[in-house]
Amino acid sequence: MKGYRWLTVPMVLAGVLLAAACGSSSKSTTPTQAPGGATAPAASPSPSVAAAAQCNKAANQTEGVTATEISIGNTDAYSGPASAYAVIAKAEDAYFKWVNDQGGINGRKIKFTSLDDSYSPPKTVEQTRALVEQDHVFADFNPLGTPPNTAIRQYLNDRGVPQIFVATGAATWALDHPKYPCTIGWQPNYQSEAIIYAKYLLASKPNAKIAVLYQNDDYGKDYLKGLQTGLGASASQMIVKEESYETSEPDVSPHVTTLKNTGADVFIVVATPKFAAQAMKAAAQLNWKPLIIDNSVSVDLNTMKAAGAGADGVISAAYLKDPSDPAWASDATVVQYKDILAKYAPGADPNNVFNFYGFAVADTLVQAIKQAGQNLTREGLMKAADNMNYSSPYTLPGITITTSDAQKDWAPIEQMQLEKYNVAKGSWERFGQVLEGAVR
Amino acid sequence: MREFAQLLIAGLSTGAIYASLALALVLIYQSTEVVNFAQGEMAMFSTFIAWELIDKGMPFWAAFALTLALAFFGGVTIERVLIRPVEKASVLTIVIVTVGLLLIFNNLAGGIWGFQLKTFPSPFPSGTWQVSGVVISQQSVGVFGVALLLMALLAVFFRFTALGLAMRATAMNREPAELMGIHTTWMLALGWGLAAVVGATAGVLVAPIVFLDPNMMQGLLLFAFAGATLGGFESPGGAVLGGLLVGVAQAMIGNYVSFIGTDLSLTVAMAIIVLVLVFKPTGLFGQAAARRV
Repeated sequence: MKGYRWLTVPMVLAGVLLAAACGSSSKSTTPTQAPGGATAPAASPSPSVAAAAQCNKAANQTEGVTATEISIGNTDAYSGPASAYAVIAKAEDAYFKWVNDQGGINGRKIKFTSLDDSYSPPKTVEQTRALVEQDHVFADFNPLGTPPNTAIRQYLNDRGVPQIFVATGAATWALDHPKYPCTIGWQPNYQSEAIIYAKYLLASKPNAKIAVLYQNDDYGKDYLKGLQTGLGASASQMIVKEESYETSEPDVSPHVTTLKNTGADVFIVVATPKFAAQAMKAAAQLNWKPLIIDNSVSVDLNTMKAAGAGADGVISAAYLKDPSDPAWASDATVVQYKDILAKYAPGADPNNVFNFYGFAVADTLVQAIKQAGQNLTREGLMKAADNMNYSSPYTLPGITITTSDAQKDWAPIEQMQLEKYNVAKGSWERFGQVLEGAVR
Repeated sequence: MREFAQLLIAGLSTGAIYASLALALVLIYQSTEVVNFAQGEMAMFSTFIAWELIDKGMPFWAAFALTLALAFFGGVTIERVLIRPVEKASVLTIVIVTVGLLLIFNNLAGGIWGFQLKTFPSPFPSGTWQVSGVVISQQSVGVFGVALLLMALLAVFFRFTALGLAMRATAMNREPAELMGIHTTWMLALGWGLAAVVGATAGVLVAPIVFLDPNMMQGLLLFAFAGATLGGFESPGGAVLGGLLVGVAQAMIGNYVSFIGTDLSLTVAMAIIVLVLVFKPTGLFGQAAARRV
């Protein structure tokens, strides 16, 4: 899976109530370590004068770490309208169980505590406090969603608790890292992706007249910003119309009508699955045949199928291997992923990209913990996450996970490969080189 | 001109979706004087049942008929089991029960069918007509036609049939209605059943356009409410016209009032509605209620 920030619950009435009514927590009641009672040898973190801001505010640098265990927290939407994403945390849990059965990391096993926040920021704050103050987790790993992560960022940074590899595509995690050194993203952010589309258009269709449909929120505006950055001086000339929609609208067809009338020959769809499908379908119905670029938030096969004939030849971008793609059927990582999933999460659908995403990001965390070394500290973990150069077996060939304090690069994945949808085959086909979309 | 016509068509198509759901709201209000916040979710749930039946291989129309029957019984059952015990309580209590139902149906559907997008087969052809350059989707025309048909049926039902009159009488003033020999408790249950049927029809109609997922009705319900309020909660014709007006206003304002743009088009559409209600609180077609106290 690729992007997440899309959920803006339009329900005026029920939205308020959902926060109050939903969400039983699946909190484990294992005895937790007393604060200050770390059994692992402390790394005696020297208050070094580092060039970049460090995540070193924690009073107890080794809280949640013992000689045999690392306690990792997480929040995800197990209830409420965003529950489709709960698959991710379940996959991560399965992956960590497998890691533990392999002997853990540096002799330590991962204790993974994932709580339900219903994708509601106030609930996320509450659950995160429980994770930090009651469960004494070492780090908060891959919490879901831009609004929930924004709500807990200050809190975790004040306490020096790593908010590591968050499950959202906002650009702020990379751009504001100096201010929030305990927070780092993972997947390509929306601006990166848009820059990649811009590069492709500049190279293959320099005289394009671009019409953009975008969701009227930070997620949509991030893409728009990336597109303008990527097109540079040509932006004002190439983009003929930017049209926004609200998530409360039932059907975006009226906007597509407006965009068609501009005479554009490229149609960029920055929309969540339902609206993206409507937009592509509407273009076909209106006999408008531009080159359609669909954001990676809405590329699952259900969405493409819903778009009907409008999905043919649509271009998007990917960074992970697709477990449902026959091209990867005999890939060692994909085969192993399917085996682990079958054993540790029986009943989970291996073709659901959320499962693969969960494995991929959990694998990166394991890599960062390994890199942080035997004397694991919160500061050390963030230092490792800030300075990675990792060829993940889960990403597409040529795409590496790189960060660097020296280069001020705090966006782990910034490369993607373009892909084109084939309606007859019902699948995506990758093409061209891996493209860079660095945002600094 | 062509652009205007195309936007008008787009607005009317969206408006027809609001109108069909607004009719269900009006129906339940007319027959019980309760505003049912769960109406949208009940319609969504019925639509999922229809989807399941079609997915299992049942022909579309058979699945549709069976769904309507199930929706009717579902509506009646909800009234008998959940609304009856609180019917003597304040209106607020009943409203809260319906809000609870909203959450229950939403999560139930998510639990059973998941939150992934599903396509729903359309009873209407998926093609388009071109009238001097203006594209008209046959599906939207179908939705429009059914909304008008439902409206006519409801208007006739409430005005000219004994059952319809009995239901209205029950809603308006229960005790005299009962003295007239009307079986009032069953009238209320019947109202819920019929509203569920209209809701299910609306759900099946719009699902091919807005796609099927547990949250499909949330935005819709809001605008259906706006449409029903604008037109008047007491008039099926008003509800349809209100729904259409909301749809057209949304499409037009975003496109033509440049300083507003698409960012604020919803806000402006809503502001217009509030303005109308300030001058005509019962809605465009509502009648001021005169009641003996």
